[in-house]
Amino acid sequence: MSFINYASREINCKIVYYGPGLCGKTTNLQYIYNKTANDAKGKMISLATETERTLFFDFLPLALGEIRGFKTRFHLYTVPGQVFYDASRKLILKGVDGVVFVADSQEARLDANIESLENLKDNLAEQGFNIEKIPFVIQYNKRDLPDLTSVDELSKLLNERKVPELEASAMTGEGVFETLKAAAKLVLNDLKKGG
Amino acid sequence: MFGPQSSLVMYDEEYQRILSILEKMLRESNSKVIFLVDKNGQLIAATGETANLDTTSLASLTAGNIAATGGLAKLIGEKEFSILFHEGEKDNIHISIVGGRVILVVIFDQRSSLGLVRLRVKKTSLDLAGVFEDLAKKAMAQIAAAGTASASPFAEITDDDIDNLFN
Ligand SMILES: Nc1nc2c(ncn2[C@@H]2O[C@H](COP(=O)(O)OP(=O)(O)OP(=O)(O)O)[C@@H](O)[C@H]2O)c(=O)[nH]1
Ligand SMILES: [Mg+2]
Repeated sequence: MSFINYASREINCKIVYYGPGLCGKTTNLQYIYNKTANDAKGKMISLATETERTLFFDFLPLALGEIRGFKTRFHLYTVPGQVFYDASRKLILKGVDGVVFVADSQEARLDANIESLENLKDNLAEQGFNIEKIPFVIQYNKRDLPDLTSVDELSKLLNERKVPELEASAMTGEGVFETLKAAAKLVLNDLKKGG
Repeated sequence: MFGPQSSLVMYDEEYQRILSILEKMLRESNSKVIFLVDKNGQLIAATGETANLDTTSLASLTAGNIAATGGLAKLIGEKEFSILFHEGEKDNIHISIVGGRVILVVIFDQRSSLGLVRLRVKKTSLDLAGVFEDLAKKAMAQIAAAGTASASPFAEITDDDIDNLFN
């Protein structure tokens, strides 16, 4: 749920990165954080386990600039991907304006992607979102690794809605900003419609 | 119309009212910092010694904290825990839910006391709830007037506007 503040002339939107464990959600945010100028970002908060797995969420506030005299701010969150953290994932989805589904392109992770997408659908529905309407993009991550499922195949299995889909390698940063941009665009267009 | 997708909208008039309520509470409770956060982690207003404070991070973590304890509450059959209190060596933090939708956060040290903060929070919550009721009415009126939910200043934006954000 976006927050339009006429007093400070700001608009705040929330984008959540979702996907199976170790697919690279946190790595996406870290790359964005590292490549963003200081005056356009706040502190990145990571509530993680000692082994750097996300425990509750990562949070990165970004200021993208102005539209029609309003400062646009995006709050990026990641969920913990490990299956047993489902209660936390539900909490992070509250008030979401757009979702990035990060898929792990490695063959061995195909089932995990499908399971996580199903879990996303269930959790969005539980929060009262219409899964067919919410701004949604899919990122096929880890394209730099061997033994990958083809993008065609992934698309067939994961992208029923034919939403924007992007190839990425979050570790090198390839496709990371393109993904964010695609999601931000959908979210802003949704606001335009009076969402 | 007020599903999860509808926006929270803040107008100047209500923002000023909120700010003066928070300022009054700050004086009367001798606290250091008071801020108001939406349940999704967006900062609504802050007052007091905020200069060296990362209010954006505080807002997000506060909302996470409330969300997590709310989850715990449900598991044991409670609706929610409407008050959280954390005691530090110097500073303490008092978190409470106002009107079901926003979170009031008070940071105070030995110049105040938990009893005083509690007392003031009660009064302040009532005042704030009044403002948020007015905001909700305003939003309803806007929707009724426009026939849709599009009171948004973004109704007229173009693809170029959006593209320019990323250059
Ligand atoms: N080769 C390669 N490794 C990647 C890529 N993206 C992420 N990784 C690695 O995958 C591992 C897991 O990445 P994270 O970003 O922590 O994964 P996550 O999705 O946040 O995982 P959870 O927090 O458990 O849900 C790390 O070792 C990353 O360096 C990529 O594009 N290519
Ligand atoms: Mg992570």
